[in-house]
Amino acid sequence: MIAAHLPALQIAIPLIAAPICLLLRRESLAWAWATFISWVVFALAWMMLEKTLTGGAFNYELGGWEAPWGIEYQVDAVNAFILLIVAAIGAIVMPYARASVNREIPEHKRGLFYTAYLLCLTGLLGITITGDAFNVFVFLEVSSLSSYALIAMGRDPKALTAAFQYLIMGTIGATFILIGIGLMYQMTGTLNMADLAKRLPAVEDSRPVLAAFAFFIVGVCLKLALFPLHLWLPNAYAYAPSVVTAFLAATATKVSVYVLYRFVFTIFGQSFSFDVIPLESILLVLSLAGIFAASTVAIFQTNVKRLLAYSSVAQIGYIMLGVALVTVAGLTASILHIFNHAIMKGALFLCMGAVYYQIGSVKIEDMNGIGKKMPFTMFAFVIAGLGLIGVPLTVGFISKWYLITAVLERGWWPVAVLILLSSLLAVIYIWRVVEAAYFKSGDDEVVVEEAPLSMLIPIYVLTGASVYFGIETSLPVETAAEAARQLLGIGG
Amino acid sequence: MRHHLVLRVVAKLLIPLIMLFALYVQFHGDYGPGGGFQAGVIFGSAFILYALIFGLENAEKVVPSAYLIALVSAGLLLYAGVGFAAMYLGGNFLDYGVLAGDFIAGQHLGILLVELGVGITVAAVMIVIFFAFAGRGEGDDEEEDDAANDADPVQDLASDSSRKA
Amino acid sequence: MAWLGHFNYWIFVFLMMAGFYTVIARGNLIKKIVGLNIFQTSVFLLYITMGKVAGGTAPIVPEGGSEGVVYSNPIPHVLILTAIVVGVATTALGLALIVRINEAYGTIEEDEIQDIEESGDKKERAT
Repeated sequence: MIAAHLPALQIAIPLIAAPICLLLRRESLAWAWATFISWVVFALAWMMLEKTLTGGAFNYELGGWEAPWGIEYQVDAVNAFILLIVAAIGAIVMPYARASVNREIPEHKRGLFYTAYLLCLTGLLGITITGDAFNVFVFLEVSSLSSYALIAMGRDPKALTAAFQYLIMGTIGATFILIGIGLMYQMTGTLNMADLAKRLPAVEDSRPVLAAFAFFIVGVCLKLALFPLHLWLPNAYAYAPSVVTAFLAATATKVSVYVLYRFVFTIFGQSFSFDVIPLESILLVLSLAGIFAASTVAIFQTNVKRLLAYSSVAQIGYIMLGVALVTVAGLTASILHIFNHAIMKGALFLCMGAVYYQIGSVKIEDMNGIGKKMPFTMFAFVIAGLGLIGVPLTVGFISKWYLITAVLERGWWPVAVLILLSSLLAVIYIWRVVEAAYFKSGDDEVVVEEAPLSMLIPIYVLTGASVYFGIETSLPVETAAEAARQLLGIGG
Repeated sequence: MRHHLVLRVVAKLLIPLIMLFALYVQFHGDYGPGGGFQAGVIFGSAFILYALIFGLENAEKVVPSAYLIALVSAGLLLYAGVGFAAMYLGGNFLDYGVLAGDFIAGQHLGILLVELGVGITVAAVMIVIFFAFAGRGEGDDEEEDDAANDADPVQDLASDSSRKA
Repeated sequence: MAWLGHFNYWIFVFLMMAGFYTVIARGNLIKKIVGLNIFQTSVFLLYITMGKVAGGTAPIVPEGGSEGVVYSNPIPHVLILTAIVVGVATTALGLALIVRINEAYGTIEEDEIQDIEESGDKKERAT
């Protein structure tokens, strides 16, 4: 029974778990429940990826209504892989959450915190799995609304303004997406993605379709924080509770990137997106500008979480650069970097959560000499940081390698040079943290202990993954390549 | 408080009628315009009117906040429960056709229960939001998570009930 | 006067721009939320407009059969009902945040909040 209903269970289980979590009055129970559900969801996502890799794409009709009329969940290699990333990050972050949440969030809000987390997870998984354009909007709002609430639970009052800013920008983005979907529906009379893909070419010269495309792309780029539209991200990530930052940084923007893939490649189709509209050059310019601008701003940050947030904007630039190439190699690099960046950023933000847990701050000047006091945490930070720079034997190297190969394949060697140069900027901002942690002496009288084991284990799972997948690359690379081929409609 | 006399009398007359109308909108939803959303909002507004005129303390005596939170969850659980029941009986998630003996009866039963779940959740969320703002008690950003809850029931429901038409 | 025939689209565009402008240009957080609401409402109008079928009636089967009856398209209405709910949730959450911001900063003017945040940063750096 489970095998036949996998796609529905993937969404229904966290959805039904959220109200149950609300009813559990004790926060320890709520945490245990949310953790358990995260692991169940992870297991389901794993089963689905295996099923798609062996048996190809499959779908599920909600309520038994046939595809163009009812809502359909469509699972192929592309979204099964993204689902696995989201579910895995959730499963790794949740055991860590207990200690961190107990320190950062007042007791009466903890139950609600886990409820909001489960809703956010539901939303993110829902966006990824659904085969219905309007359903994307609904799940997008479910995940967004719960993430605004999660961000606002941060200790600093700035978390409130950050959440408010994100709410305004996020709603504008989502409403743009809604307008785009509306115009598509107006022109084709369908909301099913596969059906849209079939019917759009007939009307693609019309102005509403062009407007739909424009609204949609701007809306999605707001949600995925592509440079000039990234302004909500740094504060939201910097002041949110540590667990929330780690979870959202590794999943939320990535899911939006998936939405972009799906609409640009599957629905509008490559020829419309890149030949009729010069999306290629727009994305190329914006992603390169984003990589450099955001990396440069990151260097001057004093708050490490904010620094990492700006670095995330830069990494989104690499991911979008892969899209701008419009080749199998480019898309492979892009999807691969979604996976690799989720691991690295998850690990880095979890390290910062551990630092915040022990010293109550993530400012660089407060971290002087922390390398001696919290050796395990900072060692993990260094390893994951090396990944961000792109040092060999880490996942970051693999992504950059594939990206540069793809860029050279198109003959854009100046872009390849720029990618290498931008890595130097990453060296500088990671070095600033490492310098403070290892080469400056802090106040020796202040006793700082190492983070508890429940935090260290998730950190090392992610750090270990960042090294493991840097050496043994077959799983992510093959899946990403398969996903890229499916998106471009080559082979299958 | 004599100058509130008119308001009090009118409200006492109106509140039962508002609730009755809400129930009509709720249960007539499968044949005419209506459904859980509209009914929930109307039902909730009856309580809000009561709270506006008779004071928040009195309203909270009628429906304590703890019950409201339970109701918010209960509605969603009923909704998802129908989905799982359909799955258990051999259909797809939310496939109401398998719930009763024949397909049409199953559809009726399914949509009725699901709408009821939606109605309960929406009414409770409306009252919770009002209480949170009016009372400005502790922790008021939570209710909105539940408001977010509603988004998915309506969507599934929306497409289910409308696209079969 | 062909453009008059599309008057509902003109209203949609006008409301959308008015709402969008309010969100961007106003510093008062409440006014921003109001602008956001107008912005979202304009989209509801777009959807409802597209559901209209010329000469169509409400999509309810009348007594005596539905032979030859033209119905309006109900799906956009149903879709937008979802978006309305999302809008209500967004507004409630936004207002809740404003209440908390007002408690934390004592103001709901964006520039004043920014001043307080910046002076806080400077104080931290000085100590």
